[in-house]
Amino acid sequence: MNETRCLVNLTVNGQRVSKDVPVRMHLVDFLREELGLTGSHLGCEHGVCGACSLFVNGKLIRGCLVLVAQLEGAEVSTIEGLSESGELDVLQQAFLKHNALQCGFCTPGMLATAYDLIKNNPKAGRDEIREYISGNYCRCTGYQAIVDAVESVIAEQGIKQGVQ
Amino acid sequence: MNARSEIPFDLPTDQKTGYVGKSVPRSNARRLVQGRGCYLDDIRLPRLAHVVFFRSPHAHARIKSLNLSKAKSAPGVIAVFNGMDLQEFCTPWVGVLGHLKGIKSAPQHPIAIDRVCWQGEAVAAVVAETRRQAEDALEFIEADFDILPAVVDMRSALEAKYVIHPDLQDNICFSRELKTEGFDEAWAQADRVVERTYRFSRHTGVCLEPRAILADYNPADHSLTVHHATQAPHMMQDIFSKHLNIPESNVRIICKDIGGSFGIKVHVYADEMATAAISVALKRPVKFLADRMESFLTDIHAREHEATVRIAVKQNGEIVGFDLDDLTGIGPYSVYPRTSGIEGNQVVNLTGGPYRHKHYRAKLNVVFTNKNVTCQYRAVGHPIAVAITEGIVDEAARELNMDPAEFRRINFIPDDAYPYLSFPSGIKFECLSHQKSLEKLLTLMEYDKLRAEQAELRKKGIFRGIGLAAMIEVTNPSPAFYGVGGARISAQDGATIKFDPQGMITVTCSVTEQGQGNEAVFAQVAADAVGVSIDKVKVFTGDTSLMPYGGGTWASRGAGIGGEAVLQSGKALKSNLLDVAAAILAVEKATLDIHDNNVVDRLTSEVKMPLSEVGRVAYFRPDTLPMNFQSELTVTRHYTPREYGFTFTNGIQASYLEVDVETGEIKLLKHWCVEDCGTVLNPMLVDEQIRGGVVQGIGGALLEECLYDENGQMINGTMADYLVPMAAEMPDIVVGHIQTPTKQSELGAKGAGEAGTAGAPGALMNALNDALSPFNASLNMQPFTPQRVLQALGKVPVDG
Repeated sequence: MNETRCLVNLTVNGQRVSKDVPVRMHLVDFLREELGLTGSHLGCEHGVCGACSLFVNGKLIRGCLVLVAQLEGAEVSTIEGLSESGELDVLQQAFLKHNALQCGFCTPGMLATAYDLIKNNPKAGRDEIREYISGNYCRCTGYQAIVDAVESVIAEQGIKQGVQ
Repeated sequence: MNARSEIPFDLPTDQKTGYVGKSVPRSNARRLVQGRGCYLDDIRLPRLAHVVFFRSPHAHARIKSLNLSKAKSAPGVIAVFNGMDLQEFCTPWVGVLGHLKGIKSAPQHPIAIDRVCWQGEAVAAVVAETRRQAEDALEFIEADFDILPAVVDMRSALEAKYVIHPDLQDNICFSRELKTEGFDEAWAQADRVVERTYRFSRHTGVCLEPRAILADYNPADHSLTVHHATQAPHMMQDIFSKHLNIPESNVRIICKDIGGSFGIKVHVYADEMATAAISVALKRPVKFLADRMESFLTDIHAREHEATVRIAVKQNGEIVGFDLDDLTGIGPYSVYPRTSGIEGNQVVNLTGGPYRHKHYRAKLNVVFTNKNVTCQYRAVGHPIAVAITEGIVDEAARELNMDPAEFRRINFIPDDAYPYLSFPSGIKFECLSHQKSLEKLLTLMEYDKLRAEQAELRKKGIFRGIGLAAMIEVTNPSPAFYGVGGARISAQDGATIKFDPQGMITVTCSVTEQGQGNEAVFAQVAADAVGVSIDKVKVFTGDTSLMPYGGGTWASRGAGIGGEAVLQSGKALKSNLLDVAAAILAVEKATLDIHDNNVVDRLTSEVKMPLSEVGRVAYFRPDTLPMNFQSELTVTRHYTPREYGFTFTNGIQASYLEVDVETGEIKLLKHWCVEDCGTVLNPMLVDEQIRGGVVQGIGGALLEECLYDENGQMINGTMADYLVPMAAEMPDIVVGHIQTPTKQSELGAKGAGEAGTAGAPGALMNALNDALSPFNASLNMQPFTPQRVLQALGKVPVDG
C-alpha cells in the first residue's frame, strides 16, 4: 500500500471482490464506479439525505460516509443484492402498491431503512415508522405513502428475516 | 393525528378494461424499487470526460486576473476554459419575453466574462479524465477579483443606489401596474380597509438527484446527443441548436430516469450550456453533475417577495376589492428562456383569485440583486398569491367578527357563475367549484367539532389554530403562456401509438416523466381507448429523436395535455385496427368493436378474433387483404388547449396545528385538501401529487430559507443547514376531490401537480395566526421559525 491507494478485499452481495482503490474513495463511489452497482444514489455526499443507505455487516450505514479502505473483510449488501435475494420483495411490492415513490431516487435508501426498521422493531406503529425514516429525504411523496407501505408490511408480517 | 389515510384503493389486478379513474400502480416504477433505474449519473460512455467549475466566491466582482495554467497541467486534466474560450462555441442569451412589456435583462454567458454577479457563478471550467482529478485541479486555479458593491436587499435594488447592469439604467427587470375602472370610487365607499405586509423568504427545490447533463458531440456528423435531466427536452433541443449553431435535427435530447424536478430542471443553466459547448470543443462526451453545495448556490431559487396587500370590505362581509404592491428580487439575470418575470406576474394575476370582487389595483416590481437567480419553481407565484389573499381575507373576517369559513362562503364566485370572464385581473375561468369544495372540506375536517375542540383546549392553555386557504391554480397552459411572447416552448403535445404484431401497443409521448406518473396515466388512457388490457401497453417518453414534438412536463400540463393526445391517438388506432379486422372478416366495420384484446361483435360481444391475429395478418400476410387496402397501425395525434389561456383548477386546504408558546415550535396535527382537477385519471397518483405538493408548500412555510449575509454570501448551503420537511414532522394529509371536467378536451383532465404547494403555506399561516390570536399576535414572514414565532409573541427581541 502506498499513500494514496490500497488493496481492499470485501464481499459485495455475496461476491468476493478485490480492488486496488484510492484511499479517499467512499463506498458509494466504489460501488458505482468500480463495480457498476448504480442502485446506491448520492444525493448530498455529506451524510444527510440518506439516499445512499445500505448495509455493511448487517448494519444500516450511509455509504457516502464510509471509505472503502475501511472495509477490509466486510460484507456489503446493496439494493441490487437485496432485490435479487428476494429479501426486499414484500417491501418492494408494498411500495409499488401504495405508490411510495415518485422519482425513485431516494427509494433504495428508503427501502434499506424500512427493512432495517422492520427487522429491529417488527411491531412499529406509524409514529415510529415516521421517526425511523426521518433520516431519509423524500422530496416527492410527502412521506405518507411510504408510511402506509411500511405499515402494511408490518401488518402482514410478511418479510423475511435477517440480512445475509 | 397520525392515522392511516383513506386511500381509494381500487387496484384492478384482474381488470381488463376501464382503467381511467382507477388507482392503477405504475408499471414503470418497478425498475426504480430494485435500484435498476437509469439516472443521468448511471450512464457510462467511452472517452467520457468530467467537467467541474471554479465558482465565484464573491457576490459581485470584476475578474482582475485568472490563471488556469497550473490547473491545466494537473494530473488527468484534459482542458481548461474561461469565459472567452467558450465564446466561439456558444452565443450568449437574454431572458426576456415579448408579452411581458418592458422586461429587460443583460446578456448571460456560459462562463462569466470580466465580471461575476452572484456567489457561485462559474468563472472557469476544468475537464479531466475523472471527476476527482478535475476537482483536485480546481485547487491550482489562481483568480484575483476586484470586489464590487453587492446589491443584496430588494429595497436597495429598487432605490438603485448601485446599478448592477449599468446598460440597463436601473435594477428593475420588469414592472407592471393594473387598476380597474372605478377603483377609487368603489374603494371610497367600502366600510373597512385592512392592510398587512407579508414577507416570503427565498427557497429552492432540492431535487434529490442534482442537476445533471452529459453532452456528446460527434464531429463526424456534426451531431450533439445530450443526456439531460430536464423536464422540457424539445425546448432544450431548440436552445442547444440555436446557441451552439447545430441544426435542430442534429441535436438529440434523451431523458432517462430523472430524480425529481419541481421546476428546477426546466431552465437554461449557464454551467449546462458550458458543458455542451465544451463537448463540442473537445469532440468527446462530457458530463457535469452538480454536487449538493453547487445545487444550493446555482439551482434556481424562488419566492423572495415582500407584498403589501389591502382588502376593502362592506360591513356585511362583502369584499369590494384588493390592492396589491409586490416587490420581488430575482438575482442578477432574468433566467432564460422563461424569464424571472413570470412569478411576480402570476402574483398579480392570481391575487384575490377565488372571489367575486369587482375592483383591483396592483403594482409589481421585479428587481435585480446579487444573489442567485430565481425562476419558476413548483406552483410559481401561487404560494405568494394564495397566502396574501387568504391571509388578508382572514384578517378582514376577524375584524368583522365573522367565521372565516362563512366569510369565504359569501364571497366565493358561485359554482353556477361559469364561465366567469369578468375577474378583475383579466384571467378567465372556465368552470370551478369553490362552493362545493368548501362544503366538502368542512365535512371532511369536521370543522365545527374542531372549532369546539380548539376552544376547549384554549381554556387549558393549549393553543391550536385552524387555517383555511382557498386557491385557484394555473394548469394546462395554452400558447398564451410562453409562445405568444416569442419563446420557442411548445404548448401542444403529441402521442404516437404503434400496434405491435403480438397485440401489444407502444405509446410514445412528448410529455416527460420525473416521477409524477405521467407514463402510468398514459398507459391507462391508451388501454381504454384501444381496448387492450394494461399489461399490453408500454410507454416511453423523453427522447426528441423518437417522440412527437411537444412541451414536456411543467405547469401541471402533463396529464391534461399529454393525456388528451394519447386518448385521440388511441381512438385513431382503434379505428384503424377495426379497418383491418373488417377487411379480414369481410364484414362492415361498424359491426365490430375491440374489447379485452379481442375484436368482438359490437352487439353480441362475441369474440371474432384476437388482436394478435389482426397483427399477424396486417404485418406478415397483407397479401391476403384486398388489393387496395393498406393498414395503418402506427398513429400520431396532437392536442393544444386553446379556448382559455389557462385551464384553471381550484381547491381549498385546511391546516390544524398547535403552537408551543414557550418554545415557538409549531406542531402540525393534520392537513386537508379538497381540489378539483376535473377528471381524476388515477386517484392514487393525484392524491400523491397533492400530498407531495402540500409537504413542499409546508417546507417553504415552516423550514426552508436560503439565507444570505449582507455581502451576498449564502450561509446555509448544505443539507445540514438548509432544512426540508422530514417524515416525523409532517402530518397525515387527507385529500378529497370535486370533479368538474374541462370541456376543452374529451378527457376532461386538468392539472394536479402544483395545487398542494399553492395552498399549503397560506393554510398554515392562517392556522398559526388563528392560534396566536388570543395573544393579539400574528406572524406574516415565512418561514415561521420558532424564533419568529417567539418574536411575534414578544418573547424575544426582533432582529436589528
